[in-house]
Amino acid sequence: MDREAPDQRPPIPISKRTEWADVTPIPQDDGPNPVVAIAYTDEFRETMDYFRAVYLADERSPRALQLTTEAIHLNAGNYTVWQFRRLILDTLCVDLHEELDFVGLLARDNTKNYQIWHHRRWVAEKLGTNATSNELQFTEEIFSEDAKNYHAWSHRQWVLQALGGWEDELAYCDKLLQEDIFNNSAWNQRYFVVTKSPVLGGLEAMRDSEVAYAVKAILAKPENESPWRYLRGLYKDEVQSLVKDPRVASVCLDVLMNKRDCVHALNMVLDLLINGYQPSKTLENSIDALCLDSGLSNSGLTERVCSVLQVVDPIRANYWKWRKSGVTVEGSNGKELAG
Amino acid sequence: MATEMERGTKTQEDQWMVQSQVFQIYDLFRRIPPNSQFAILELQRDKHIEYLTKGLKQLSRSFTVLDANRPWLCYWILHSIALLRDSVDDKLENDCIDFLSRCQDSKGGYGGGPDQMPHLATTYAAVNSLITLGGHRSLSSINRRKLYEFFMRMKDRSGGFRMHEGGEVDVRACYTAISTASVLNILDDELIQNVGDYILSCQTYEGGIAGEPGSEAHGGYTFCGLAAMILINEVNRLDLPALTNWVVFRQGVECGFQGRTNKLVDGCYSFWQGGVAALIQRLHLTVNEQMGQSNILECECSTDSDYDSTNSVISEGEQCYEGTPSHVNETCQLQEEGQPNTSHPADGNNVGYNFIKGHVYMRPLFDNIALQHYILLCSQEEGGFRDKPGKTRDYYHTCYCLSGLSVCQYSCTKDVESPPLPGDVLGPYSNLVERVHPLYNVVLDRYYEAHEFFTRS
Ligand SMILES: [Zn+2]
Repeated sequence: MDREAPDQRPPIPISKRTEWADVTPIPQDDGPNPVVAIAYTDEFRETMDYFRAVYLADERSPRALQLTTEAIHLNAGNYTVWQFRRLILDTLCVDLHEELDFVGLLARDNTKNYQIWHHRRWVAEKLGTNATSNELQFTEEIFSEDAKNYHAWSHRQWVLQALGGWEDELAYCDKLLQEDIFNNSAWNQRYFVVTKSPVLGGLEAMRDSEVAYAVKAILAKPENESPWRYLRGLYKDEVQSLVKDPRVASVCLDVLMNKRDCVHALNMVLDLLINGYQPSKTLENSIDALCLDSGLSNSGLTERVCSVLQVVDPIRANYWKWRKSGVTVEGSNGKELAG
Repeated sequence: MATEMERGTKTQEDQWMVQSQVFQIYDLFRRIPPNSQFAILELQRDKHIEYLTKGLKQLSRSFTVLDANRPWLCYWILHSIALLRDSVDDKLENDCIDFLSRCQDSKGGYGGGPDQMPHLATTYAAVNSLITLGGHRSLSSINRRKLYEFFMRMKDRSGGFRMHEGGEVDVRACYTAISTASVLNILDDELIQNVGDYILSCQTYEGGIAGEPGSEAHGGYTFCGLAAMILINEVNRLDLPALTNWVVFRQGVECGFQGRTNKLVDGCYSFWQGGVAALIQRLHLTVNEQMGQSNILECECSTDSDYDSTNSVISEGEQCYEGTPSHVNETCQLQEEGQPNTSHPADGNNVGYNFIKGHVYMRPLFDNIALQHYILLCSQEEGGFRDKPGKTRDYYHTCYCLSGLSVCQYSCTKDVESPPLPGDVLGPYSNLVERVHPLYNVVLDRYYEAHEFFTRS
């Protein structure tokens, strides 16, 4: 197999190569007046004309495989070429380790291309658990350039679930978060590990230490939305436990003491209050300190939090207003405990 | 903001850089006299049309990377032109229909170009392009029977859809299949089966929706997941209060939307996230229900005079809610008709039509004026739109910035027939673009024509 890098390819036109002499290229059926017509290079046009010929004839041969390599180098986004390549690889029983190298080179230059990642998943699945560490390492290389690459994260999650390799994953998340505590993809991966890893015992077993982890991150950078959402997520579907965990209310209070208008803290306080949290006098005082409008003092604490948010977070003023309208309704139902 | 002393993380450094570029633009804008401000906010309609029409005919070789996305190029361009209240001439229209027919597979569906395998996303783009062109020749060129067979072949055991034979399963594939089937009136129980389970499994702890189960909440997938759930009548299975909280937090100090938590602002999310906010606005009864509030109480709330007071950055002229108590009962009924209802599964084909019926008494959940500032001042170029300052224009961002602009301009209208008030259209009123159907993202008038055509045939 000839798999040289594109810049080394001597572009001998396919039509001049003896091994292709028996094939009649098929031009693209664009019609007499094509729209969105692309000014292809001669090389691209010819390569695709020959590709159409082998694809439509379903020729699963080594030369057809080589042709897909060339076509992919010219446009890695052509899913038809990729899919036909998979059929050929299957038919010819090609060594797939080489295939991983080919995809690896491409992926580094086209990190946002759906087809390459899908193909890589297909190859890794065929290779099975032999591929695990290589695949994890490959995504780590991608993350060293772009720590939030969506496709690479999807691929890594797929590897963990399909092939394994969970052992060091929590430590890896921690490493990325130490580098950049604002990396929400790393937080998402942490949630994935905590909830799905077979070696950690699941969310129930991990919740306590994870709450502590999130609280620490929040106290370091209260303006960082990621750990706030993470903390809330640890109590997804268990909102009463959120309300009962004293560390949640306490981190809100700690943050509000130093940064009285912290929107994320107020958002969490609102969440606590509408779910029946009984506020301490200190919390109430710190909210009141933000209520510049004395007319608010008659309303319940939950409403006052919304009013404060309308002021300190004007871009979401409509949202907070809407949240307040819901509180008013709940208050009339006796759910408003703070009033 | 960054100080000399503080060195931030990668996320912070990137954010500060973009923020300073954006704030510089707003600072300059603020310093010029108000009448010149008006001129700067003008939508460069003619320049945009020129850029779009040129691309519809011929594209440079740099577009080779999009050679498997040509129906998308058609859609981005044709939809943008339609949004700008223009249309292509008869010849170009016929050429588009001809070309898209060549992308249609004999076994159903549309590929990325002639002789490419059919693909769900390019099928969505081709069908939306043909609907945007409108007319009998265009609409009747779609082989709906074969298309249905193609959709069924793409169904995966997980409940989701596969993009193409041997392709990836994700929420985008679900949306493009469901949206296209819905608009063509071929959505049925079999096609819908287990799609809701799949999308539900993609809602994350953050509240937004990811591309696959376990992945990170993302604006594009959140739009796709939410719109698909509405179209299959299963939207109340999602945690809508959490989704709403997540999406409103995606609008940032730059006034535009980001796609994910702690990522950079990008003009295309004006539609993906703004569109989610617009959909939620029409779903607020369902949202309230999930928050434990009854419908009738919400109607009272949303006509509350409280809504007239304003202390936000949102500027003048948003008095579009003149609801009076006598409207309340009527509103409730209309809303309930319009709202998806799980007790009537898969009366699928009218869900999209009913969704936009009825009055909306709720304010937009995002800052529609701020977002227009971002689109017009930070994304707009001399012909075309871009992701953010420093990037170059492209057809994708042009399409989704204009779609987002439409969502902003119409977000305060009380029903689909009412034009926006001048205060809701930033800049001269001539900036007004066409209204879109927020579930399909095609211009509303073209949607109505297609709906009628495919209901009859
Ligand atoms: Zn974008």
